[in-house]
Amino acid sequence: MKILVCISVVPDTTAKISFTDGDTKFNKAGVQFIAGPYDDYALSRAVELKEQSGGTVTVLNVGDADAEPIIRKALAVGADDAIRVNAEPTDAYFVAEQIAAIARQENYDLILMGRESIDFNGGQVHGIVGELLGIASFSPVMKLDIDGTTARFAREIEGGKESLEASLPLVLGCQEPIAEWKIPNMRGIMTARTKPLKVVEPVGHDSLTQVTQFELPPAKGAVKMIPAEDAGQLITLLRTEAKVL
Amino acid sequence: MSVLVFVETDGGEVKKSSLEALYYGAKVAAQLHTTATALVIGPAATDLTTLGQYGTAEVLHASDARLAQANPMAYAGVVAAAAENAEVVVIAKSSLGDALAARAAGKLKAGLVSNVTELPDTSAGFRVKSSIYTGKAFAVTEMKAGKKILTVKKNAVSPELTDASASVKPFAPALPDADFAAKVLSTEKASGELSLSDADIIVSGGRGMKGPDHWQPLLDLAQALHAATGCSKPVSDLDWRPHHEHIGQTGIKVSPNLYIACGISGAIQHLAGVNGSKVIVVINKDPEAPFFKAADYGIVGDVFEILPRLTQAAKEQLGS
Ligand SMILES: Cc1cc2nc3c(=O)[nH]c(=O)nc-3n(C[C@H](O)[C@H](O)[C@H](O)COP(=O)(O)OP(=O)(O)OC[C@H]3O[C@@H](n4cnc5c(N)ncnc54)[C@H](O)[C@@H]3O)c2cc1C
Ligand SMILES: Nc1ncnc2c1ncn2[C@@H]1O[C@H](COP(=O)(O)O)[C@@H](O)[C@H]1O
Repeated sequence: MKILVCISVVPDTTAKISFTDGDTKFNKAGVQFIAGPYDDYALSRAVELKEQSGGTVTVLNVGDADAEPIIRKALAVGADDAIRVNAEPTDAYFVAEQIAAIARQENYDLILMGRESIDFNGGQVHGIVGELLGIASFSPVMKLDIDGTTARFAREIEGGKESLEASLPLVLGCQEPIAEWKIPNMRGIMTARTKPLKVVEPVGHDSLTQVTQFELPPAKGAVKMIPAEDAGQLITLLRTEAKVL
Repeated sequence: MSVLVFVETDGGEVKKSSLEALYYGAKVAAQLHTTATALVIGPAATDLTTLGQYGTAEVLHASDARLAQANPMAYAGVVAAAAENAEVVVIAKSSLGDALAARAAGKLKAGLVSNVTELPDTSAGFRVKSSIYTGKAFAVTEMKAGKKILTVKKNAVSPELTDASASVKPFAPALPDADFAAKVLSTEKASGELSLSDADIIVSGGRGMKGPDHWQPLLDLAQALHAATGCSKPVSDLDWRPHHEHIGQTGIKVSPNLYIACGISGAIQHLAGVNGSKVIVVINKDPEAPFFKAADYGIVGDVFEILPRLTQAAKEQLGS
């Protein structure tokens, strides 16, 4: 089975977000970048599936050269090779076009992604890739088993879950608890250094959207403390002052 | 070129978040000097002519039996077909909404912006503001494509109703068999529960709730306030509460009018999922808990003493 795992490179979940150049650019100073946490689940499940029934796992990122240490880490976790599309990911459609262009050449059985990237939180790329390739896509997938050319999986729906069966190929957006996060070991880190990482140029198109300005949320006012003995007073304040009850 | 709004139903009832999206769509249509059309897919228990109250004159209803179950791929096909003459497609943010927005964007080669928090600026071009970095910032995005799809967050607008009534027309586009190839084996859905993404009020518990057997006081308050219930990640990891209640960076993101956090420390990954809330209340025995910094109201104390007091006050004052 040939699996493609798409990883986004995003600020660490604890990163403080700020902007430069008159709030038009993300401020990378002091920010640690990671593979998206959901993408890590996708990668971990892909490696587990390979360990169970053989095949290959390829990692793909659309991003600049700064992404390479993070791509190497994915190789250390157990992916076999990697592709980096050398372009700034401007919007979901653009990223999806790059992924689809590569997938058309390689015929993957399974394309796994995270349910959403944690920078733009779109949850869009998997659906657009599925549409561009003319294959089914599902998200958020929390359980996945493969039996020959059939996938059985569970998708979170509002207030519960749905179990499904579908034929490969598929595009799936993954979330926990699909797999345990895998941590690279020493041997993995050593072998990752020599695994192939191919850099390709993007396929062109004019972007459909463009961010023109960033903003930070307004600072929160001071918290109003209510004595524990008078807890009931909170309900009064929520009614009369905050007007949310 | 008009505005199309996908209206989501749950058990046949129109979801509240979709009514907001409909009002949003009608406002956008007014800005663009055009009209808004609502699209309802699947069986409807609500009287669809009442959607006129939200500013739409026309409702398309696709009621093919195969659409009875929410199927993002088939629904995307219906949305794309209905969007033939639309410039803007508005969809309430939800797991179904996200999935079909993406597929529809692929079909229509549309520009797509998720998590939109305000009406667009149409004074020069078409710019929308959306929540990014899991609520830690906002982006203003210029949408250049001829077709634009927006997924709108809860509380982006507050609908004001009229007494207008909409006309309802059947809509029956071709439905390719391929969109129904996946087989649904089973569905587990908590019945009668308020959905988190639709809830105006959420009462949420963390590890400070001590264990799955201690949730009753929190459920009691939720009931008295007609609130949905949520939890922190460790709580769902430990199986104290179901996974679909988990709120935060790696869970569901919510933007209710009121979020009440009980025994949750306020780690940055949890805050990421709730910082769109209008009013945040924090109950924690530790006065240094970081959540207080993000709160509007706070009570320092033991949740098991405070929750019953709040429930009692809510019952007295709200008659619930
Ligand atoms: C990549 C990543 C993603 C994550 N995503 C999420 C996410 O999506 N959502 C999420 O919630 N977390 C997430 N986390 C975990 C997060 O960092 C915190 O560990 C978690 O939110 C803590 O949960 P908690 O507040 O319930 O528990 P704790 O941190 O253990 O806090 C319990 C709180 O309860 C208080 N307390 C205890 N007893 C009482 C009492 N009797 N009365 C009143 N107060 C009491 C304590 O003072 C304490 O503040 C993520 C972490 C990582 C690394
Ligand atoms: N620049 C990128 N390169 C590779 N994969 C990506 C990129 N951006 C997003 N993805 C994948 O698409 C998923 C959904 O992203 P998004 O639609 O941006 O929320 C992510 O979890 C990744 O798996």
